[in-house]
Amino acid sequence: MKSVTKFFNRRVAENAEEAQRDCQRLCATSASLCASAVKRQLRLQSLSKRVAILVLSLFALTLTGSCGMFSTDVVSFIEEPFPKQLSEWKLFVSGSKPLTPNKGVVPYDLNTPLFSDYADKYRFVWMPAGTSAKYSEDGVFEFPVGTVLAKTFAFPATEAGGKERIVETRLLVHGKTGWVALPYVWNAEQTDARLELVASPTEVTRKADDGSVQKINYIIPNSNECKQCHDNNKVTLPIGPKARNLNKDFPYADGAANQLAYWAKLGYLKGAPTADSAPKVPAWDKAESGSLEARARAYLDNNCAHCHQPGGSAEASGVNFSFTHSDLRKLGACKMPNSAGYSGGHQYDLVPGNPAESILLFRMESTKAKEMMPEIGRSMSHKEGVALVREWLATLKGSCGEVKLAAK
Amino acid sequence: MKPKSLVLSALILASAFAMNSCSAPTGEAALSSSLSPAEFQKALQEKLIAAKSGSVIELPEGRFQFDKTLSLTANGVTIRGKGMAKTVLAFKGQTAGSAGMLVKANDFTIEDVAIEDAAGDGLKTEGSTNVTIRRVRVEWTAALNEKNGPYGIYPVTSKNVLIEDSFVKGAADAGFYLGQSENAIMRRNRAEGNVAGFEVENCKNVDVYENTATNNSGGILVFNLPDLPVQGGEKVRVYNNQVVGNNAPNVAPKSQTVYNLPSGLGVSVMAIKNVEVFNNTIKDNNTANMHIISYLAMSQEIKDKTYNPFVSNVYVHDNQFGGSGKNPDARLESVLAVAKAVGQPMPDILYDGMVEPGATDAKICLQNNGEVTFANFDAANQFKKVSRDAKKHQCTLPALTAITLPQDGTKSMTSSAGGGK
Repeated sequence: MKSVTKFFNRRVAENAEEAQRDCQRLCATSASLCASAVKRQLRLQSLSKRVAILVLSLFALTLTGSCGMFSTDVVSFIEEPFPKQLSEWKLFVSGSKPLTPNKGVVPYDLNTPLFSDYADKYRFVWMPAGTSAKYSEDGVFEFPVGTVLAKTFAFPATEAGGKERIVETRLLVHGKTGWVALPYVWNAEQTDARLELVASPTEVTRKADDGSVQKINYIIPNSNECKQCHDNNKVTLPIGPKARNLNKDFPYADGAANQLAYWAKLGYLKGAPTADSAPKVPAWDKAESGSLEARARAYLDNNCAHCHQPGGSAEASGVNFSFTHSDLRKLGACKMPNSAGYSGGHQYDLVPGNPAESILLFRMESTKAKEMMPEIGRSMSHKEGVALVREWLATLKGSCGEVKLAAK
Repeated sequence: MKPKSLVLSALILASAFAMNSCSAPTGEAALSSSLSPAEFQKALQEKLIAAKSGSVIELPEGRFQFDKTLSLTANGVTIRGKGMAKTVLAFKGQTAGSAGMLVKANDFTIEDVAIEDAAGDGLKTEGSTNVTIRRVRVEWTAALNEKNGPYGIYPVTSKNVLIEDSFVKGAADAGFYLGQSENAIMRRNRAEGNVAGFEVENCKNVDVYENTATNNSGGILVFNLPDLPVQGGEKVRVYNNQVVGNNAPNVAPKSQTVYNLPSGLGVSVMAIKNVEVFNNTIKDNNTANMHIISYLAMSQEIKDKTYNPFVSNVYVHDNQFGGSGKNPDARLESVLAVAKAVGQPMPDILYDGMVEPGATDAKICLQNNGEVTFANFDAANQFKKVSRDAKKHQCTLPALTAITLPQDGTKSMTSSAGGGK
């Protein structure tokens, strides 16, 4: 009780920062109190003891609740129970328009993202004060415990004057024992999002290029499905924030800057070379950013390689779509799938010069559960992505007798 | 306000906060058959996500409709229904995910459940250790056709796998498909009306016994394929099985690897070494009761340098053969060519005669198979020297070791004939 009084006194004295630290300690204590009280509650049979525990746990809960209310900085939860409401993380400043980042919450973008039914994505990273990620040239950075990666999926208004519809925010949190995937679903009022480990599909609308309005049965992945893609050898990992995909300028509030340099300046990244000497994939949809082949490979890298690489969920398929190699054979050239089930009447994963005969393209185009790739995360075909890969496949020389990778 | 009511209102306030911040554990909703399909799907998936080591998820009797894959990643979980006929997870019209159930978890047990009409594979375990699949039925209710899901029960890159007393029907590729796995037992299962009944592909240390394969296009297939990350499959025993009348038309489209499986094949041993086939009843398979061939017979160019396409050290003994090759699959040119060369009915055992260059101890041994008929169709020389003489193959090979699994108390038998010589 002493610390509670101290905490409130401090608030009055406007010693906010110290109070904050006290509060976070208190939060941690009360959360564990809550957890252990609930556990004990299950064991105890005596009514009086039960009531006592109930009062105790409710009190602990009150503290947790009020701590969240009074805290102004991001609160990182690194173990269960994770907050039920997204707002409890304080990633975004409440009261203003949604997704206004709190102090230390840095927006970022990728050169070539994953296609998710044309959803707009807003990505943010936050790390605990004084910690930083370790740079890696090929793989995902080594993020410190407590890191929060937040990716919000939204659809623009389909009519003039309408509002953007925010559907979900997926958090990847580097917890005490590894990365945890937490899907939060936004309410209709667009004021907050709620943790739903198994969310129901949501109908959203999207204005297509021709002006028509499409209805999309938008499927929010459950937390196991998050792992299906974010998995390498049964370890959950982020996918996007790799050097090659982050190496680009971002229009920050305080001016445009290269993301790697900006993260380094903030203290969020250690060991990064200058942007010029860091690897970079082109933007798949910007012809000026790279060759056709490089753009197609970048697309496959971030849309397929999370599963189709050594250690990935689809390692057993024997194809590897990672950007980091240049072996067309590993991309499936003239390779029979052997253990992949229905392949649309096509014999090889990839036929150089012949997109129509390539299982790769067949699976990208399909929207049937049994055939489509990726298996989850989209309900529509990505017309533009398919066109890019088709165009690239058509340029590849050779036949399935002799295979050579065009110079990169 | 009296002090008492103050405390009370504080408590009420406190509980209001409590509702807001400390989430009730998910996965607590009871799996009742009174739930709507959407509710049941959600409740079960929540249970699968909330499951911890030691959790047992009991499924009630009833038929439950799903429209997306059910998935499990928590180790040490048991899923238990009320029986293969009583608890049915139905996936007809599935719109998301390919498999019916996808498991990536160690120490996993599933029993007494049926999975029907999955869009893709029925039950897939991936990268899992200590997997027990017991009394599970996977079925496509439509007649066998290429649009059915490819694999029924499909452990891949898994270890210590036990599949027993299970049933698969209607798989467009393989009913039971053990792929790129090691240390496994498939026993007392039944595969009928699939393209392939049982497949052991790129696997090491496997026992396949007391199963029944009937009315599939092919019965039991033991083989290695190139271009898969796990190579070097070997040490497979196939014994005490009934492989009878596997003559269903092969409905796979030409592009699929399994298209090359002749309809009417009992047991196939291809591109693998150290296989023991004994005490089986292998009868009435219309292309041939058995073949022992290299991958070269597939006439595919091999680009995988780690792959060995040859077959060697296959020991076939104490089997009962009969009624082989009365109507070879005319769909495949290769079958027609062999049939032309060896004559009809085709013999019980067909061997392509391909020996790995330089291999000195490669053996194909046939012992004590009753009135078995045999032909080496000399594939290397375009069938020029077809030989029906099995004398060259009267040899023995050491018995392979029985597989033991940590989750299995039963001792399986070791063959006696020719053992250890």
